[in-house]
Amino acid sequence: MSPLFLIFILLALSSAAYFFSQRRMLRQTRDANITRLNSLPEHFGMLGAIWAGAPALLVYFLWLIFEGDILMGQVLAILPDAESMAATRELLIGDIRNAINNPISYQMASEEVRMAADRYRELSQTASIALAAACLSVFAICSALVLKFLTPRVRARIQIEKFVRGFLLLCSTLAIFTTIGIVLSVLFEASRFFQTVPITEFLFGLDWSPQMAIREDQVGSSGAFGAVPLFVGTLLISFVAMLVAAPIGLMSAIYLSEYAPSKVRTAAKPLLEILAGVPTVVYGFFAAIVVSPALRGFGATIGLDVASESALAAGLVMGIMIIPFVSSLSDDVIAAVPQAMRDGSLGMGATHSETMRRVILPAALPGIIGGLLLAISRAIGETMIVVMAAGLSANLTANPLEAVTTVTVQIVTLLVGDQEFDSPKTLAAFALGLTLFFVTLVLNFIALYVVRKYREQYE
Amino acid sequence: MSRAEQIVSGLARRQRAEKRFRAYGITAILLGMSFLVLLFTSIIANGYQAFTQTYIELPIYFDPEVIDPNGDRDPQALFSADYWKLVKTSMYQQFPQVSGRSGRREVTRIMSGGSAFDLRERVIENPDLIGTTQRVWLVADDDIDMLMKGYIDREVPEDERRLNDRMIGYVDTLDEAGIVERKFNTTFFTAGDSREPEQAGILGALMGSFLTLIVTLLLSFPIGVAAAIYLEEFAPRNRFIDLIEININNLAAVPSIIFGLLGLAIFINWFGMPRSTPVVGGLVLTLMTLPTIIIASRVSIQAVPPSIKEAALGVGASRMQAMFHHVLPIAMPGMLTGTIIGMAQALGESAPLLMIGMVAFIVEPPSGFTDPATALPVQIYLWSDSPERGFTERTSAAILVLLAFLVTMNATAVYLRKKIAKRF
Repeated sequence: MSPLFLIFILLALSSAAYFFSQRRMLRQTRDANITRLNSLPEHFGMLGAIWAGAPALLVYFLWLIFEGDILMGQVLAILPDAESMAATRELLIGDIRNAINNPISYQMASEEVRMAADRYRELSQTASIALAAACLSVFAICSALVLKFLTPRVRARIQIEKFVRGFLLLCSTLAIFTTIGIVLSVLFEASRFFQTVPITEFLFGLDWSPQMAIREDQVGSSGAFGAVPLFVGTLLISFVAMLVAAPIGLMSAIYLSEYAPSKVRTAAKPLLEILAGVPTVVYGFFAAIVVSPALRGFGATIGLDVASESALAAGLVMGIMIIPFVSSLSDDVIAAVPQAMRDGSLGMGATHSETMRRVILPAALPGIIGGLLLAISRAIGETMIVVMAAGLSANLTANPLEAVTTVTVQIVTLLVGDQEFDSPKTLAAFALGLTLFFVTLVLNFIALYVVRKYREQYE
Repeated sequence: MSRAEQIVSGLARRQRAEKRFRAYGITAILLGMSFLVLLFTSIIANGYQAFTQTYIELPIYFDPEVIDPNGDRDPQALFSADYWKLVKTSMYQQFPQVSGRSGRREVTRIMSGGSAFDLRERVIENPDLIGTTQRVWLVADDDIDMLMKGYIDREVPEDERRLNDRMIGYVDTLDEAGIVERKFNTTFFTAGDSREPEQAGILGALMGSFLTLIVTLLLSFPIGVAAAIYLEEFAPRNRFIDLIEININNLAAVPSIIFGLLGLAIFINWFGMPRSTPVVGGLVLTLMTLPTIIIASRVSIQAVPPSIKEAALGVGASRMQAMFHHVLPIAMPGMLTGTIIGMAQALGESAPLLMIGMVAFIVEPPSGFTDPATALPVQIYLWSDSPERGFTERTSAAILVLLAFLVTMNATAVYLRKKIAKRF
């Protein structure tokens, strides 16, 4: 019996338990002549279904989570020289998994791996029968308990509501688990990286060439993991992006909120927001196919040498992407400035632009800075545009006409297509990820704090 | 000069400054709009031609000697026969004057390798074709396609273009005979990925995106709504709840690639889930879109007037009943709007999918949640890396398809918000 089929059976049995409990309760109340039942019959039905079905479903999911590891342990134990292969255990497990899932890998695998894969398949067949037996017997036991304990005296609605409340709480704590998951996974792999490469070298080293040589005696066999060129490249591209996005975004927000007739406003605002809805991969393609060649051609006509993967192209396009982000945040902030301040300034005879520059903008400044910080954090974490339009080699330069690489580009190049999980090259991606997460977290935190403080000021 | 005169004399300058400031604003808006127009026109200009493809009509003799030497219509034999030979023979007949190996190879290079599969399908569908001669429209090679679409400049010196003068001559001969035509490109919508542009399609990527989004929707909608209900209605005001709220707000701003790292480290390396599959992609995108859905759902619960809830409580409903029976149905259109917008985000997202290996070259469209797959934006990324002009065109066309989906989803969301959502 396949696990997918089993879950349908369990769900069907649970709904049967629902109807059964409900009918049974009605019958019992009629027989016992109870006129005031403390909950509706469907509450008893739900409670019956939960009592009977939930434990079996719990067993089912726990089993599925741990089944893989336990079976793999069993399989490794029967391999003749499992002890000696302890060092390459993870690789071996990967091979066996591939052989199980993919017939072609199975054909190409070694004798031992094939044996292990066969054994794994046998075991997993036995296991799925055992799983079915376990789930069904748990269901049977629980159903018996329902028969015994689900009486008209049970306060079914209260219990159901407690259960639902627990489920709601669980769902809302998922955000915490996600954050913990991110921090732990990135931190764990990054700490393994920092065991081979000192953290100071990573943070302050000026040389980045993660390609490890295959043979020991090759030049550059050690690899270099100084991430400063990546940080500089990331900042350079983000800086270019902000040069584009900040003035355009801010000015369009000012125009739309203070000057534009309402017709223009209702038409222009959603149009600008379209820019935010375009997938980043589209911007990446646009940068690589249209903007880069155009910049290169333009540079050639005025005698400038522009690299074909220049920081300028990636930054320009990223700036376009961020325009609506800056403009909608600034719009919110400007709208939050009390009308009285506007009226006061205009009443004193100031023009609209003077009011804007001398009264509203200074008042809105903290909020605008907060919005710009959020925009910078978005620029730093943006991936697809730079993967498609920025370079791969780590140049330490501040010239936007040259090719630079960024943190996100390196994470992608280090992890795509590479499966070994013990080389510093792969782990370096997690160290970069940790840095990225940390920096964006701090930026977001400051930005949200500033924006909230600012809002409170005028509320 | 009196004070009043000073003010009057400064007035013209101030008015000019006012005009300048307003002009800056208009310029900013116009710049933003022109970027939008430039983006769309360049992609449409690059991609619209990919929806047609060059076909050549050839008389094909379905030679029994080649297809079915034993004469028993054995499906296995029909499947593995050398259909390319039929195409070659027909091409040699078109150009009887061409001889020699290299000359003949040039002639056959006009046709796509995919035309052999096309013939195979026809024969397997209808074995009676064997022994007859049929005129069949077959797909031309991508270089020929590019020539017919005008991307290969005939003025460029011969050694700098992908087709030499002889081959262009052959194609012109065929064209004059009226058997070269551009037709709607069905391959693009019915095929998986391929190394050859003329055989590549987006069906596999669409299926991958679809399966991934199903997983995302099934998980993120109920979880997001449940979390929103709890935080709005049942959560006590304490530190723990504050922590949850801070976390949700922060997760909304975490770069998407970090979610990919999480998926790689936890779902793939720790739980041992299979790489490159829609189920892992769906899980990662769920975590990514949850904050969007939670925030939108909370806003839409807040928008329900408290009197609805109070009326329910007043006639004896429990808080749970008031919520689920009365508040939730009213808030539902708003929640759906938020969910659709979240799904649109997830559909356009590619960085986290790169991390979990959904970038493989996969020919067969996936048929289940645990088949290796790629997604539409990832397919765009993969194709954009290919040097062939045919792929540039297809990349743009795939972008147009992706944008069409996004526009539809967002339009639905706007419609829901405008028409169905109740206002009080």
